[in-house]
Amino acid sequence: MDLMTYLMPAGAEIFLLLMACGILIVDLLIRQRGGMLTYMLVQLCLFGCALVTVGTHESGVTYAFNEMFVDDLMSDVLKLLTYLAVGMMLVYSRRYLAVRGLFNGEFMVLALFAMLGMMVMISANHFLTLYLGLELLSLSLYAMVALQRDSAVATEAAMKYFILGALASGLLLYGMSMLYGATGSLHLGTVSSAILSGKANQTLLVFGLVFVVSGLAFKLGAVPFHMWVPDVYHGAPTAMTMLIGSAPKLAAFAFVSRILVEGLQPLVQHWSGMLVILAIASMAIGNITAIAQTNIKRMLAYSTIAHMGFMLLGLLSGGIEGYGSAMFYAVIYVLMSLGAFGMIMLLSREGFEADTLNDFKGLSQRSPWLAFLMLLLMFSMAGVPPTVGFYAKFSVLNAVVQSGNIWLAVTAVLFSLIGAFYYLRIVKLMYFDAPESRAPIIFAQDTVLLISVNGLGMLLLGLLPGALMSVCAVSVQQSLLLH
Amino acid sequence: MISGLPVISIAIWLPIIFGILVLSTGDDRNAPLARILALVGALLGFLVTIPLYTGFVRDTSEMQFVELHDWIARFNIHYHLGVDGISVLFILLTAFFTPIVVLAGWQAIEKRVAQYMASFLIMSGIMIGVFAALDAVLFYVFWEAMLIPMFLIIGVWGGQNRVYAAVKFFLYTLLGSLLMLVALIYLYNQSGSSFAILDFHRVALPMTAQILIFVAFFFAFAVKVPMFPVHTWLPDAHVEAPTGGSVILAAIMLKVGAYGFIRFSMPIVPDASHQLAGVMVALSLIAVVYIGLVALTQTDMKKLVAYSSISHMGFVTLGLFIFNAYGMEGALMQMISHGFVSGALFLCIGVLYDRMHSRNIADYGGVANSMPVFAAFFMLFAMANSGLPGTSGFVGEFMVILGAVKANFWYAFAAATTLIFGAAYTLWMYKRVIFGAVANTHVAELTDLNLREKVIFVILALTVLGMGLYPLPFTEIMHTSVNDLLVHMARSKLPL
Repeated sequence: MDLMTYLMPAGAEIFLLLMACGILIVDLLIRQRGGMLTYMLVQLCLFGCALVTVGTHESGVTYAFNEMFVDDLMSDVLKLLTYLAVGMMLVYSRRYLAVRGLFNGEFMVLALFAMLGMMVMISANHFLTLYLGLELLSLSLYAMVALQRDSAVATEAAMKYFILGALASGLLLYGMSMLYGATGSLHLGTVSSAILSGKANQTLLVFGLVFVVSGLAFKLGAVPFHMWVPDVYHGAPTAMTMLIGSAPKLAAFAFVSRILVEGLQPLVQHWSGMLVILAIASMAIGNITAIAQTNIKRMLAYSTIAHMGFMLLGLLSGGIEGYGSAMFYAVIYVLMSLGAFGMIMLLSREGFEADTLNDFKGLSQRSPWLAFLMLLLMFSMAGVPPTVGFYAKFSVLNAVVQSGNIWLAVTAVLFSLIGAFYYLRIVKLMYFDAPESRAPIIFAQDTVLLISVNGLGMLLLGLLPGALMSVCAVSVQQSLLLH
Repeated sequence: MISGLPVISIAIWLPIIFGILVLSTGDDRNAPLARILALVGALLGFLVTIPLYTGFVRDTSEMQFVELHDWIARFNIHYHLGVDGISVLFILLTAFFTPIVVLAGWQAIEKRVAQYMASFLIMSGIMIGVFAALDAVLFYVFWEAMLIPMFLIIGVWGGQNRVYAAVKFFLYTLLGSLLMLVALIYLYNQSGSSFAILDFHRVALPMTAQILIFVAFFFAFAVKVPMFPVHTWLPDAHVEAPTGGSVILAAIMLKVGAYGFIRFSMPIVPDASHQLAGVMVALSLIAVVYIGLVALTQTDMKKLVAYSSISHMGFVTLGLFIFNAYGMEGALMQMISHGFVSGALFLCIGVLYDRMHSRNIADYGGVANSMPVFAAFFMLFAMANSGLPGTSGFVGEFMVILGAVKANFWYAFAAATTLIFGAAYTLWMYKRVIFGAVANTHVAELTDLNLREKVIFVILALTVLGMGLYPLPFTEIMHTSVNDLLVHMARSKLPL
């Protein structure tokens, strides 16, 4: 086999790595005003990645690097969505960061490396590859959170993120080492068949599984491993919060489903029980605690926790319905959170963060259009039709009911009811209250265009959700269930 | 029938499109344009529903004007619309009230006019969708979508305590709907992957499942009706909503709940419905008697009419759960009549409120002296609300009582007290507001109805009288559907 065909499945990653290094050098050597050249190059690079991903797509499953790396439909779909999310993040945050003097080459290159980490996670077929991708992502994010060096809150957030993240990585590695001890391999497929053969030590396996699941829960931000989420979301500059809260959730979905579904499927009766507890606790703590928040970034952090709990419900229900709905949920969640954080950045200006709930007061009088878009985003997060958030919840609930856990579905809807309250409060603040400040909202044309597409997308996808649902179901079917 | 045209789709989407157009007129500088555009949209919206009545085939209970298209293929969800003898009347009622609501807010609403008018137009389309949907998910989408405009209507244009009322309204109804969603998904899995409501009607279900489904539906529909003890959101919402909001709430939205019982609970889980009929009848009678007494003590006119609505809706659920043709047709007649009458009463209160900015009965007295024409109309609607023969209010109540006698004498006995309580609270309020000496200078300075208000009231008065004197056009259209529904419900759906 010649080298090109051999490297083909990792084409997009290799392209991105080369481009990221190139952009780093260009940014250093060429003096430019406001980082615009780098910005354009980064967006071009994202576009190039998309072309490479589509161009190297092959039907079925292809491997590279001794089957440590896999390229299948799910990975391609998730990667394309990741490029989209990162690209949107850059558009949203351009002005926000420029005003704060953070819109520089380091930020953009770090974002590219974080994205490379996500892509490796999405395509990993081996515990070590997974770990490699995860660390690449995490280290880039730690640095990005700390990028605003003169901000005490941001530094604190970075510190917390780093320490707890390192702890989670430790747990994960410990669990992996035990699985290795029991099965003699780190390759997902081999681990799976070793467990199936029944020769592996069951106690050791379950012990390792507990650590692996804990590590995953840490990374997802599921209760009781959620402590870092609100602090990091709150402390990081909003652009970084947006990056942490959006695309990595896609990678996290791939990460969790590759480990649990591809690697540890034979232990399903063990991990599905653990996920039930994680899911219910996340929905409960996330939704209830969110009510008490006055800072919208913190509120969205708790809302993320609750959403991740809901996504886990899909995963633990199993089957094409379950995994497909979890993937759909993750995709929709990413789109919603991009819009919500985008709105926070849009409303902020020099020296003003627009991150408390009160900053949304009377938005419908200051700008009816933005208020309407935020209304769509909030109702979508609450899962109220005709927005697409409803179909995300609907498909997960359908999977849960199909797996026979009706009580779980009832619990989930009751917690979504509690969740509806704080999303509704944002709508209430925007529409029913008088504005606190009448300062004009200054925005760039591209941002407004993007947030309009993003907000209306909630409605349009809500009217026609079928295509995206099918894409998720088909990619899950051709990837996770085929191995 | 106009062949080939998707009449129902037009009836749903025309008001929504006009709503978006009205919205695009922008801020209050263009308010006159927004008003006119809204009125045109509402009138057109009503005109396009007329073929549903004229083209309706009376002697079948099959769905008519059916539209069936694929929507979400993965879950076998269809864009499936159609009407039978039960739903067609509600669609007409909804479309009928939209122009009235637009006219009612013509002058009273001064801020954010375009948004106000657009909310009502969009609501109108969505509510028609609820009545016409034959696919459970489509139904659910319309059902929930209804909440968003109503939430804004109460919260933005409502009275003093509007935020509390809006949030309470939203969360109460969302709780019910979410449980219903789980039930619908369960039924989807039981019916062999179909979300068609008519397929749900045929699924065999064991008793435990039936009862759980009934309970889930009960939460969704009872909150909307509203039945005792989940009625407490209604007085708050009504009192705080602007006049148009109260009218839509009372005239249409409450009907959605009872319609849900007819379309979902009773035919999908007939055995559980029979099993739990006693509870339903008891709750209905409590609503009729107890809430009737509560209405008697109110000092706020809107609250009084709100409690009166709950009491009247108790009649509706009573009529439904005694399972005979008189009861069910009576319930349907009562729903339609109550739509006209309570809508009219809220408009009357709105007329007074626009002039005096008070809903307190104590602030009024002797209004007849300064507003004689208004007093005459108000009298008619008050009489209809207390069920005077010759008005529409009588027909439904009489039929339900007749049906109740067949089922159990004491049901009928308790239900009949409403004729006394209803007369007592409505007429006593009327007396305190309209008759007597002129209470204060504000009352003396009141101006009588203007042309716009007269037009609204004349139309409503004619309908109320017409329906009371000659109810046949209403009953004949529902007759076949009601009978077939009763036959369907008499068959057990327990698996053999």
